[in-house]
Amino acid sequence: MDELKVVAFIVALVGGAVGAAAVMTWFERRMLGIWQDRLGPNRIGPFGIVLVAADMLKLLGKHDWIPPFADRPVFVLAPTAIVIAMMLGFAVVPFAPDLVVIDMNVGLLFFLAMTSLAVYSVLLGGLASNNKYALLGGLRSAAQMVSYEVFMGLSLMGVVMLAGSFSLPTIVEAQSQLWFAITQPLGLFVFIIAGLAESHRLPFDLPEAEHELTAGFHTEYGGMKFAMFMLGEYLGLMLISCMITTLFLGGWLGPVLPPIVWFFLKTFVVILFFILLRAAIPRPRYDQLMSLGWKVMLPITLINLMLTGAIALWQSGGMP
Amino acid sequence: MLALLESLRSQLVTMGRVLGHTFTRSETVQYPEQKPYLAPRYRGRIVLTKDPDGEERCVACNLCAVACPVGCIALQQGVNDDGRWHAEFFRINFSRCIMCGMCEEACPTYAIQLTPDFEMCEYERTSLVYEKEHLLIDGPGKYHDYNFYRVSGLEIAGKQKGQAQNEAEPINVKSLLP
Ligand code: SF4
Ligand code: SF4
Repeated sequence: MDELKVVAFIVALVGGAVGAAAVMTWFERRMLGIWQDRLGPNRIGPFGIVLVAADMLKLLGKHDWIPPFADRPVFVLAPTAIVIAMMLGFAVVPFAPDLVVIDMNVGLLFFLAMTSLAVYSVLLGGLASNNKYALLGGLRSAAQMVSYEVFMGLSLMGVVMLAGSFSLPTIVEAQSQLWFAITQPLGLFVFIIAGLAESHRLPFDLPEAEHELTAGFHTEYGGMKFAMFMLGEYLGLMLISCMITTLFLGGWLGPVLPPIVWFFLKTFVVILFFILLRAAIPRPRYDQLMSLGWKVMLPITLINLMLTGAIALWQSGGMP
Repeated sequence: MLALLESLRSQLVTMGRVLGHTFTRSETVQYPEQKPYLAPRYRGRIVLTKDPDGEERCVACNLCAVACPVGCIALQQGVNDDGRWHAEFFRINFSRCIMCGMCEEACPTYAIQLTPDFEMCEYERTSLVYEKEHLLIDGPGKYHDYNFYRVSGLEIAGKQKGQAQNEAEPINVKSLLP
């Protein structure tokens, strides 16, 4: 792709991602409604879709208030960090054979780095709010993300081993015979849970846990700054879904339909699955979350890593 | 380990059940267009009823005001020329009322009754203070035949002592006859 095309693609990607995140707030509420025997938003426009615009207007019209006790510059900048980090994460997602902003040979590591950066947003937001609920939310998110990061990375090493590359398009190509979801079921399982924790969505939304922490790290946020946090969260969800599609579900590969359609179809199904998780699974206690991470997920990941390594070695005939 | 697998199984079953709800009907009642059925004993807006003869039932005994847990009933008693008691004013502050129905239970005359109407929003809080003329209705409400003065011993014009239902003639304490 020449320069101009890349720029156009980036603009389209940013606009598309933000638009999709906005539509997803509506879509998620509708789906939650269906699964919980309610209707969900259905008043404005067909199926209530204009609610997205109404929400946007409301958030724009809100008083942009900064608490006098807050740490001003950090408070203002914190919400942007998560959006920027998640947006950067999209740069390495291969939507179709040639449709990727940048094909890095360490694409996977770049993605992991960007999701780790997103934690700063939550942490600094909580810290700068100068409010005990926000601080507790920030603290929690730091602990949660740091511990789930460990095996989020490790769970992908199996995929990397099998594909023999950190570059995402290469990983997708490696799945032309068999999806990694079948050869790496444990890796997929751990990655889904770690991805949930990483994008701190229900059931792992302990940083905001409204029943105990009012709204956690964004207690003091309102209006557009709050919207930024939400945007970041939904972008994170989409990024994780894109990654699951790319790494485990064969990315753009599929018969008949054009590659990009396959990619979005798969991503859509994964997003639906995440919404279903939100509708069905209750939030664990904080200590349960931590012990689940270190006592269950980490061993599973390590076992998976060892098995994959052994099998890969055996297949390549490297074993004596 | 076993407990872990069991909890995993339970979560998966939960997800399956919730997914099954894709095809169940939603419970939502689309309220302004679609009204839910409210039973006659639903506790909504309060009314003051009249007895079958068309007279006010309330005898201003203040029992409802005392029973009210939030103290939103205010009234004052007066006596008619015919001996009946009535409320000089009767005021319910619906911005405080919690529709608990205690007043209805306390009332000895079935005068105060709750109705299945709850649509009483106002733009001004003071509009939620209902006076007697707002509360009074023309019918007997849920109790069609009850007439307090016909069963009580109080003497009013047209009904002497001993003339109420199931009431014995008063004993003449000055007579020696049995
Ligand atoms: S409404 Fe009933 S309880 Fe209240 S003052 Fe009148 S008669 Fe007494
Ligand atoms: S319904 Fe309850 S709160 Fe309302 S006036 Fe009667 S006793 Fe008071």
